[in-house]
Amino acid sequence: MTTQKSELIAKDKKIAVPGEILATGMDFLPSNGTYRLSDKILASKLGVLNVDGKVLKIIPVSGRYFPRKGDVIIGKVVDLNFNGWRVNINCAYEAMLSVKDATSDFIRRGENLTKFFDINDYMVTQIINVTSQNLVDLTLKGMGLKKLYGGRIIEINTHKVPRIIGKQGSMVSMIKEATGCKITVGQNGFIWISGPPAGEILAVTVIKKIESESHQSGLTDKIKEYLDKNRVVPKQTTPVQESENDFEQEEPQSDAQSDFSDEQE
Amino acid sequence: MTYKKRYDGRNFTESREIEAKAGVIKRADGSAYFRIGNTVAYAAVYGPRELHPKFMQNPERGILRCSYNMMPFSGQGERVRPGQNRRAREIAMVTEKALLPVLNLENYPNAVVDVFIELPQTDAGSRCAGICAASIALADAGIEMKDLVGAVSVGRVDDKVLVDLDYSEEAHEEGGTADIPIALIPSTGEMTLLQMDGEITKEQLINALNMAKDAILKINIEQKNALKNKFEVVNDE
Repeated sequence: MTTQKSELIAKDKKIAVPGEILATGMDFLPSNGTYRLSDKILASKLGVLNVDGKVLKIIPVSGRYFPRKGDVIIGKVVDLNFNGWRVNINCAYEAMLSVKDATSDFIRRGENLTKFFDINDYMVTQIINVTSQNLVDLTLKGMGLKKLYGGRIIEINTHKVPRIIGKQGSMVSMIKEATGCKITVGQNGFIWISGPPAGEILAVTVIKKIESESHQSGLTDKIKEYLDKNRVVPKQTTPVQESENDFEQEEPQSDAQSDFSDEQE
Repeated sequence: MTYKKRYDGRNFTESREIEAKAGVIKRADGSAYFRIGNTVAYAAVYGPRELHPKFMQNPERGILRCSYNMMPFSGQGERVRPGQNRRAREIAMVTEKALLPVLNLENYPNAVVDVFIELPQTDAGSRCAGICAASIALADAGIEMKDLVGAVSVGRVDDKVLVDLDYSEEAHEEGGTADIPIALIPSTGEMTLLQMDGEITKEQLINALNMAKDAILKINIEQKNALKNKFEVVNDE
């Protein structure tokens, strides 16, 4: 066999579609979302091609959430069992939150679990384990993990979550500041927003805007402009200061999350 | 009247005009529109999601579930009776088998990927249009797949071998016809669907299969463009 020259055919940072030839020759290595067919590397997912040295990877742009260990997500209680709760985490599999991972309170045998969580309650939670059959275990023991009271939940594409959070949480803190809302972004695409009604509405429209325009460059500036035009909380005024304290409590948790999303990127 | 040239003036190796779009149904996880001539197919993909009834679950891998539906007003003047019938169920089954070889559902045990194919307008070649639309929709839903399956019908009318028959050609009386829907994985050349209605000689069949391959490669380009356009149009604005 003659030694063929390896060549990158698809362009870096461009959309690749399944079956598209990304590179020829044996010098490139297939990673996530790609596969080798004889001496070619083809895409197996719809997404943005990422060339890292010789490794070809596809970062998906669509699809439902797939549970991963360590993800901080928002879940909704759908059922109660003897030893815990079944939680909808916006994916094909329901997750299990057992009593021992939910609280450190002493719970008597046969006690009514609705005291802690009832059906339709929301929570910020973390995945502690995913088995080969995709049985998901959750925990509430960790920084910022808690039950959510009030507010509203919206759903976005899970692959747009890093855009909503922004670098070191810049985007989400910008929205928080302008809307006066508390916002928690789950890795699974559920977002919890709580604040003054006008602020909540603004936050929802802004987040939807980011979701639909996430491909554009200069998105942060655009959103900043939009927020400044429509802001609910005037810049640095005294009456808001009280509720500002609430944000402070919120801060460590959102930081933990943005760190997390950086890891993923 | 002998059959010398095609009723709509096409070449014998030419398929009808193709139009493909991805992401046309907002609430679906993935969706697509595929038009070839006067045949229009919409496909919507939901999932991977929980599968019920439970006895259908496969603990080794996720399953694919297709549905094929011609709308009541989609035919040639006659009202198509709504709902599932024997023909629709057969086509749903062959669609499933045409798409399954490219899909990787190993990461989704006990789950299901639902594909709904709806045809608001048909002029022959509807199962092929359905398969083309479904594979775009599956890719749009972010499901891992080796390639986009392309499909087209080829056949014989009188003594001519031709690509992408429309209804008038399928119904041509003199000399008889053969209609062969084919689905192909372009990157490997493997066939995932091959059916036939009518009679054809060995030589004509080989000829027809080669013609189908060329036509499917052209369709494949349209399918890929449909997916790229969905994301890159936004980029240009």
